[in-house]
Amino acid sequence: MTQTIRKTDANHTLDLAAEISQSTFLAALLQPDLAPPEGLIDGQNRPAGRRFSVYRNNVIASLIDAMEVGFPSVFKLLGAENFRPLARLFVAEHPPHSPLLMHYGTAFPSFLAKIDALSRFPYLPDMAHLDLAIRQSYHSPDAPPFDPQDLEGNPLESLRFSFAPATKILASPQPIFSIFQHLFNAAPRPNPGPEALLITRAEFDPIPHSLPPGGHSFISGIMQGHTLGIAYENTLTTTPDFDPTPLLSLLMTSGALCAEEGLP
Amino acid sequence: MRDTHHPHTALPLAPGVGYKPQHYTALMHDPGTVRWLEIHAENYMGGGGRPLAQLRALSERFALSVHGVGLSIGGESPLDTAHLARLAYLTSWLNPASFSEHLAWSTHDGAFFNDLLPLPYTATTLARVCRHIDQVQTALGRQMLLENPSSYLAFVESDWSEPEFLCEITRRTGCGLLLDVNNVFVSATNLGFSPEAYIAAFPLDAVGEVHLGGHAPDVDDHGAPLLIDAHGCPVADPVWTLLATTLAQMGPRPVLIEWDNDVPDWPLLAA
Repeated sequence: MTQTIRKTDANHTLDLAAEISQSTFLAALLQPDLAPPEGLIDGQNRPAGRRFSVYRNNVIASLIDAMEVGFPSVFKLLGAENFRPLARLFVAEHPPHSPLLMHYGTAFPSFLAKIDALSRFPYLPDMAHLDLAIRQSYHSPDAPPFDPQDLEGNPLESLRFSFAPATKILASPQPIFSIFQHLFNAAPRPNPGPEALLITRAEFDPIPHSLPPGGHSFISGIMQGHTLGIAYENTLTTTPDFDPTPLLSLLMTSGALCAEEGLP
Repeated sequence: MRDTHHPHTALPLAPGVGYKPQHYTALMHDPGTVRWLEIHAENYMGGGGRPLAQLRALSERFALSVHGVGLSIGGESPLDTAHLARLAYLTSWLNPASFSEHLAWSTHDGAFFNDLLPLPYTATTLARVCRHIDQVQTALGRQMLLENPSSYLAFVESDWSEPEFLCEITRRTGCGLLLDVNNVFVSATNLGFSPEAYIAAFPLDAVGEVHLGGHAPDVDDHGAPLLIDAHGCPVADPVWTLLATTLAQMGPRPVLIEWDNDVPDWPLLAA
């Protein structure tokens, strides 16, 4: 039972104070059409009114800002005028479940995929996946660098590679790499068609690289622990003319790999 | 300026600034009079990469204050033990001069709302906040500082004043306080009390760090001034005056100011 000693001499006729639970506070906070809970006041015992909206605005605006920073490709594709109302819906439906906002928004791709009005832009969910993958790469643990000398004396086809935690691969029925290059590196407008990419972080900045047909299959095979020989043979079943040489060169020079002891 | 320390902090009695990654190169090249930095704990809880590399380098040059924004010490929910473990890990490898958090809540039922939400000051909330602070200080193995909030409204159910509430928290838990002078000014304006009276009632002996920030003006439904704690505005003149009054009463403390704002001469701190 809440004590209300000091309220009995107030000029105003607010009822004896009820405890405002944090559930009640939040319910009103997240629904702008609801009045603030009773028992919130200004300095003169008048109902808090729009003072409550300061918290409402802070919560919503700060989470929308976090989405804007976290999904630069989707933001650039949609523009602020479309992105922010969409992000507002998303944050109300999927508030963060951790104070680590660097990981926020993993449900955004599937959220985008379910919005009928966006079905004309089928690449949006996978661009959100790309934004997430770049962000995850940026914050991934550091790893001891790969040293090609460790491979000496072993036949190439028997090798297994360890990948740095910051290395990510993505495949899409949409031209995600070309869209990214168009958005951020002034590349020409992309043509439709499937694309796959590899994200590497040599030091601190994740870089997407385009993967040739079969590249995604080959790298994901190695990531699953297959030898280069097995990964290559598996890739040939879907991409008979696959040439692993340029890809192996990319893996060894881009920071994609790490020394064996880098594995957890 | 000598490097003496107050019992509630190991930060130098010198100017400090809130660290922003875009200033890394300039700061490492020429820190000017800056001797210590404040970082937000949650920005350095990723696995690696640039944020942690920068933090390691900064820690070799500057004293650090780790300021948390995600513990939800005023929350009805139990503290997030996974988050507390992340904080304990950060403070153990970084060994910062100070760790601080807020008298506020931000998490409920597992959802995080990224704002410092207000709580009423009652016997119930006092016990809860003290229990959470005990838990934090035990988990981190160090004293923490608790920061006074900026308020836009009050709770009818409150039966403690904020300085009394904070004073009792320090008495029960042994924590120190982070006195945000701008927050005092903002709350005083918004709720119609005297900032000087607030300072007079505040347990100044427990203050281990002072914050200074800017605020933006707005009005409430009745046309009364409503100040919004908005980082990025210059520190207002009355807030500087309140700082001077406060420092005159309690003696020098580490004062954090926003990097973007004009840094005035520093005789205030040498007082």
